[in-house]
Order: sequence, then C-alpha cells, then structure tokens
Amino acid sequence: MPFIQNSESDRQEMLAAVGVRTMADLFEQIPAELRHNGPLPIDAGLSEDELRAEMTELASWNTPMAAGCFLGAGMYRHFIPTVVDSLQGRHEFVTAYTPYQPEGSQGTLTAFFEFQTMVAELMGMEIANASMYDGCSAATEAVIMASNLVRNRTKVVVSHGVHPHTRRTLETYLKWTEMEVVEAPLGADGRTELGDLADDNTCAVLVQNPNTLGVIEDLDSIAATTQAAGAISICSAYPTSLGLLRSPGEAGFDIAVGDGQCLGTAPAFGGPSFGLFACAQKHVRKMPGRIVGETVDDKGRRGFALTFQTREQHIRRAKATSNICTNNALIALRGAIYMAAAGPHGLAEVATYSLAKAQYAAKALGAIPGFELPYKDAGSFNEFVLKCPVPAARVNKAIDAVGMIGGLDLKAWYPELGENCLLLAFTETTTRAQIDQLVSALTNLAAPQPVA
Amino acid sequence: MNKDTLLFEKSRPGHRTLRLGKLDVPAADLSLLPKGSLRTKAPVLPEIGELDLIRHYVLLSKKNISIADSFYPLGSCTMKYNPVTNEAVVQYPGLADIHPEMDAGRVQGALRIMKRLEDGLAGITGLPGVTLHPAAGAQGELTALLVANAHFEATGQTKRTKVLIPDSAHGTNPASAAIAGLEAVEIKSGKDGLVDLADLESKVGDDTAVLMITNPSTLGLFESKIAKIAEIVHKAGGLIYMDGANLNAIMGISRPADFGVDMMHINLHKTFSTPHGGGGPGAGPICVTDELTPYLPSPRVVEEEDGLRLDYNAPQSIGMLRGWPGNFGVLVRAYAYLRRLGAEGVKRVAENAVLNANYIRVKLNKAYHVPYDRMCMHEFVCNNKHQREKGVHALDIAKRLIDLGYHPMTIYFPLVVSEAMMIEPTETESKSTLDAFIADMLMIAEEAQSDPDKLHAAPVTTCVGRLDEGRAVREPKLRYACYKD
Ligand SMILES: Cc1ncc(COP(=O)(O)O)c(C=O)c1O
Repeated sequence: MPFIQNSESDRQEMLAAVGVRTMADLFEQIPAELRHNGPLPIDAGLSEDELRAEMTELASWNTPMAAGCFLGAGMYRHFIPTVVDSLQGRHEFVTAYTPYQPEGSQGTLTAFFEFQTMVAELMGMEIANASMYDGCSAATEAVIMASNLVRNRTKVVVSHGVHPHTRRTLETYLKWTEMEVVEAPLGADGRTELGDLADDNTCAVLVQNPNTLGVIEDLDSIAATTQAAGAISICSAYPTSLGLLRSPGEAGFDIAVGDGQCLGTAPAFGGPSFGLFACAQKHVRKMPGRIVGETVDDKGRRGFALTFQTREQHIRRAKATSNICTNNALIALRGAIYMAAAGPHGLAEVATYSLAKAQYAAKALGAIPGFELPYKDAGSFNEFVLKCPVPAARVNKAIDAVGMIGGLDLKAWYPELGENCLLLAFTETTTRAQIDQLVSALTNLAAPQPVA
Repeated sequence: MNKDTLLFEKSRPGHRTLRLGKLDVPAADLSLLPKGSLRTKAPVLPEIGELDLIRHYVLLSKKNISIADSFYPLGSCTMKYNPVTNEAVVQYPGLADIHPEMDAGRVQGALRIMKRLEDGLAGITGLPGVTLHPAAGAQGELTALLVANAHFEATGQTKRTKVLIPDSAHGTNPASAAIAGLEAVEIKSGKDGLVDLADLESKVGDDTAVLMITNPSTLGLFESKIAKIAEIVHKAGGLIYMDGANLNAIMGISRPADFGVDMMHINLHKTFSTPHGGGGPGAGPICVTDELTPYLPSPRVVEEEDGLRLDYNAPQSIGMLRGWPGNFGVLVRAYAYLRRLGAEGVKRVAENAVLNANYIRVKLNKAYHVPYDRMCMHEFVCNNKHQREKGVHALDIAKRLIDLGYHPMTIYFPLVVSEAMMIEPTETESKSTLDAFIADMLMIAEEAQSDPDKLHAAPVTTCVGRLDEGRAVREPKLRYACYKD
C-alpha cells in the first residue's frame, strides 16, 4: 500500500500486542449495521509513475498563461524568483504544523514575525497578523472587526469598485447578522462616490485600491470622510502596487487588507493565496487570526511565540474574534521570502515596470479607432477598462485567434457597463511583443470589414 | 557568526535579490497618475542579496520540528506523510500557471480534477453534494451552518437558532456557530466519554438548528450511539453536522451518511495528506445530502454536454466565502493522494491508523493514565494523573519529548480531560518508530518519578528554552522596530 510502511508481519505483531486477531476487530466500537462492507466508488490505486502520467495528461488539458494572458482582476501573473520556490519548498517549512510549541517552531515563528513587520511596512500600518485565507476573507474579517470596535452601528458601506468576490463574501458572512451592506456607487470617472453614505449608523467603509475597474481611488478623502462619521475605514490594497502607490496607512485608513498572491505565488486557478491584515497596535485585541510576538526564554535569549491567543477560538470558543484556525501560512511564507528578495527597490521596480507596460498598451489601444479608455482621466495602475466597438466576447475571440488569452469580459461583474467592456491587466511579465500583438489583433478587428 | 539575526538586522543598503531585466517599453510616466496617489515613504523592507537570503531561511528551517525530520504524534492534526510527488505535481505549468477567469474550455483539466475529487469525497462519505470551496476546516463548519440557515429559512423554520455542541468539541465549532448568528449550547459528555443522551434530550427541541458532532470524537472514540443521536435530533427537526477532522479513522470502514449525518467537513490537510505548511493552507470541503445541495456555496462545478464549467449563479446558493473556486493547489494534492490510494488504499489507511494508535495505547496505559482505556480509533487521550504528585504537567512531558527528538502530542485538548495528552501516530509511521517513541515515553514516566526537574527544565536542546509568553502580552512586540526613536 502506498505510504504505509509496516509489513504484514509488523501488523501481526501489533495486532497480537493489542490483543485482537484481525484488523476488523479493531473497529468493534462501530456497530456492525453502521459499517460499510461494499466497495467504494473509487478507482484502483496508481503507482507514482502512473500518477505522474495522469497528472501530466490532466495538466495538458489546461492552457498556461505564459503564452500571453491579459487576465488580472485580483490574480496577477508576476515574476517569481527561484529562491521563493526553493526556500518555501524546504520540508521543514512544508511539513510543520501551526507553531503551538514555540521551542520547536522558531523557524516558522521568526519568519512570521518578519512577515508581520514587512506587511505592516508595506501597508504603512503599525502591526499585521500572520495571514488570513485570502484577500476576500481578510476584508470580511476587517468588517467584522470594525463592528466590534464601533458597537451599535449596523451599516457597512462598501464601494461598488470592491472586487465582486469580496462583496459576495461579505454578504454571505453578514446575511445572518444585524449588519446591513450598502453599496457606494462609482462615478462617471470610475471612482467611488461616498457622498453622505457614511453616517452615524455606519461602522465601516470598505474601498479597494486600485478598484476593480483599475481606477486609483482618492484614498485620503475616503479615509477622512469615514473618520468624520466615526466609522472604521478599511482599504483593500493590491500589494504590488504599494511599491509605488500611496499606502492605506499614509492615507489615514484604520485597517488595511489585501490578497498576497501577487507576492510570489502563481495564480493556480484561484488559490491558495493568503490575506494580508494590518491595523494600529491599539486594536490588537480585536484582531482576527494568529499573531506572533517577540519575548525571551528562561535564559534571556530572544524568541518568538504566538501571542494574544485569548482572542482565538481554541481559548475563547464562541466569543473568539474569528473562527479561523488553519490559515494560509505557507503561502504567506512565500510572500515573506518574495518581499525580502525584492526589498523596497525591487518592489518599486516591479510596480513601475507593470505600470509602464500598462501605459504602453493603453496608449496604443486607445488610439485604435472605435476603442476608448473610459476611465483614463482618473488614472490607473497596471489594469484598465477598454471599451470596444463590439462585444468584449468577440474581442477575446480575436485575441484567442492569435494564440493569447484575452482580458476579463466585464459583462457579468458590471452589467451596467454593457457588453463591450474589457478589463486588461499587465505586469512586468507581459512582453512588448505580446502587447504589440494584442494591438494588431484589435486593430484588425476594428478595421472595416470588406463588404461581400 | 551570530546565526540568530533577523532579516532587518542583516539588511544593507543597495543589496537586493530580485532585479528585473531591461524594460522593453518606454519608462512609466508617473505624471499620468493622479496627484497625491504616490507613496511618500518607501516601505522599510530588508535589503539582502541572494546568498544571504538563502542562508537566512535555511537557518530558520533548521529551527523547526517537522514530519520530515521527526515523529509528530500531534493528536487531532493527522500529521501523516505528505507525499513529495504531490509537491512536484502542483508546480506543473498546466496546474499552476492558470487563471480562474479563463474560459472553461481552457481549464478542463483543472475542472476535471475538482469534479473527480468531489466524486471521491461523495463516495467516501455517502453524501452526494460536495463543495471544495472552503479554505479550511473552520470555514467548512461555517459553510455548513450557513447551509443549514438557508435550508431553515427556505422551509420557514426561522426559530431554529441553537447549535448543540458536545463539550469535547474543537473551539472552531462554537466560534463558527457564533459567526453564523447562532447560539452555541454545550452538551455534556457522559462517564464513557461519549455524548450524554439524557443531556442531549433535555436540550434538543424545536429551536435546535444543528447538532455538531465530532465522530470519532476528540477523545478518539467512535460515538457508538450515533444512530440514536441522529434519530433524536432528526425527530426534533434539527440537522446533524459532523466535524470530519477525524475521518482518517473511519474512511472506507463506515460512511457518515449511513449513520445519519446530513452535512460534514473534511480537512484535506489532515486525512488527505496535504501538508500543514506551518499553519496552512488547508482546504475544508463539505459534503451534504441531496436535499441540502442547492444551498452549497458558489461557484459549483457543473457538468454539461460540452464539458465542465464553474457556475457562480446557483439561485439558492448561500454565496461565496472567499475568492474563486477554492484552494486549488491543495485540491490537486488531495486528488493525487486519493489516486495513489484507490478504493483499497482508503480502507487500509483507516485500519493502519487505528492499529498504530491502539498499539501505542496498550504499551503506555500503565505508565500513563488513560481515562477511557478501551479500543480507540486513530488517536487516544492520556494524562498526567500518575505524574501529578511529582509536580509534572502535560506541558513538562511535551517539552521533554522535544529534547528526545519528537514533536509533542497535542496537550490540554480536549478540555474534558484535565491535562490531556492526545496521541495520534497516523498510519504512515513504522512499528520501529512507534517502538522508539514508546520506549522514550516510558523513560519519561520514570524520569517524572526520579528526576522531575529534568522535565521542568526541558527543552534544553532547542535554540531557545521555555519562553516567557506572559511578557509577550504585557510588553507586546509584534514587529521589528525598523526605526530608531
Ligand atoms: C476536531 C477539529 N475540528 C476542526 C478543526 C479546524 O480545522 P481548520 O484548522 O482546518 O480550520 C480542527 C483542526 O484544527 C480539529 O482538530
């Protein structure tokens, strides 16, 4: 049997020691009528070589993004330095459990103390936790935390520019509580219009930067308006953009969250990623998730341990700040290694390269007759909306025809934009040749069709 | 050379690992960005070259205890071998370099893996509706409770607001109930460690939404009256949720659907061998009855004539609980594991896990007090009753194990046994490893009598000794101070 090392004679010795004859005797606690004696509807097992062949085959049914892909919308294809895979892949990190025994887990704990510091720095906040499941769940937990910080207020204002998955996650979590979600619309320029939605019943305002249409928000004014209403301001930021763009902390936000996939992890069909979560130290007791703190051992040596555990489910049970237990530690470790590999200058380089590619593409695409950049004036980072003269689905087919993968057809997420809007993302991994090819495919599409 | 410095202490201006090649388009024009949208202060991230970066993390890795270097009998966590093949497979470009918004036609392999994994889990549990969406066990619990909420709302039973939870349950159970807007009500364990039927009957009623039951329980015992328990709850109109964290003990032997379970979660990062990664990521799929399937979260994998696709718009779905379909990389590993096992292997896993646990139990049940000393499932709980008068606590025994080259068992859980020590060897350990562990545990029992201070002082072989956890709270230092003030 794969992965079971004991031989039949080992088993016989052990059964004798336990005082039973057969394996079936071990299950005497399970009433006979509850046992399943029939076969399971599962195929016979494979050897390692057979498995590898099958997985290679299944993988071949998918199209990798490497050929050129303009999908982003929350998951981006950034360059991953080899050190990330090589270091994260060490067995000692991969096969350890949650660091509940600090003396035997200083590797993971130290890495998380450093991770927390880097996330806090990136976000411009005082402290960060040791990761959430992903960006959506981090934003949702932030709203729940806000409702514990500002009691007796039941309204949550969420920008329409926040990722639809985040908005749906929030709705799922809040549906059974007293909290009510109100959406702040986007203006004609693509930016959030908070208006007077943040009022004295509002506990939190959640925005995303850049927003899902790629538009850079006026963060300072949103944070200020929220604060004036006595509510908690929450910003979900795209970590890569923070190599260049204003951080949530600089803009005055109370809580900063984000999705860490862009920091050293492949999109992998949507996960696993990890969530970033940062805030002011005074709020630490209301924070969700694990937190690592520095302390000393019995000889005065520096060491690290999980701390403020009385917030967590294994101590506080129904009164915990969150139900999260297993988080996304190993992917967060990738994020830590990536941030350390990049440093402030590497991160700025990745951000400016991504911006440069997007600007190069925007200039060329915007110049094709019939194509428009509706939110050009507000300004964007590495992703923007392209309004096409024909349905976005047709444009994507044309991109497909030249061997690349198009952008996101916004029809499902933003039906009010109609059928013709495409969201296109660019990173440092997008090549000029791919962009030129994209431009020529769209130019051909825009050219008047010969009349038959 | 000081091998304990932090990245920030190693940082030197101008050092760097990641440097991109030449930009092949004109430089970015920052003037096109709105005024005030740029950072004014760069983040203080470490500046470090590749070799120093590698040394840093390699040194850190050596400060961990892991399955790869040590026996790790951490009860409730199922620390079995994590097949290395699976770590290689997830890196295939066709499985890693794919975007969740690609057209279904371009990701049929990914969707097929998900579908086959769903089918496999349905077969093992007997529950036909499966979602792979939840990010971990706790999120699976919450998902199921929201499914129950949706079901009761759809059937006009809005007064069902209570969740019955045995006192031996994991902390995530009551915490998930609270987030679902439900009230957790504790059910007592009886003298035999199983759910006390009288207490259950006194608390179940027309306000009962769900009974959350862990089976096998966290005491490593099968709830032998589970069919009766299910009958009581069903009669009152409630649903049975099974915390399936301990599925490893019964898969292929008994199907939860056959003992009345309506919904359950499975920790793929336990039973299905996906690695714990120092705390995650995991995946917590849930399996439910046909009746509850329409409420499962979005997206769902649906099969149509021209292939599989993701449906984000199932009308009765409770919605999303995270981004995208699920922790796909974890699902791929679980699928690969299931393919290696096959139907036969699934059953062998359970049998060998139970055999290994019982083998340790019968060898240790004299030196250590085993409160429920009968045939156990995949794990058993003992405590320090025989060591207590020497002032030796579960913590001391655990720390001494570290010095002897082990990761300790789970301690102080479940709460129903004082100073619990919960031992789960898993099926992948060999008899010789178990024999060595047994010998060391017996030695510790002796040391507890002859030299208890040795246990109090442990561990002494690790890079740090016992940490002052009180100080970490009193004087919180939650990040490196990047600035001198
Ligand atoms: C019995 C039990 N239930 C639930 C959980 C929660 O699962 P997770 O950590 O994946 O959220 C765990 C493990 O941590 C567990 O042991």
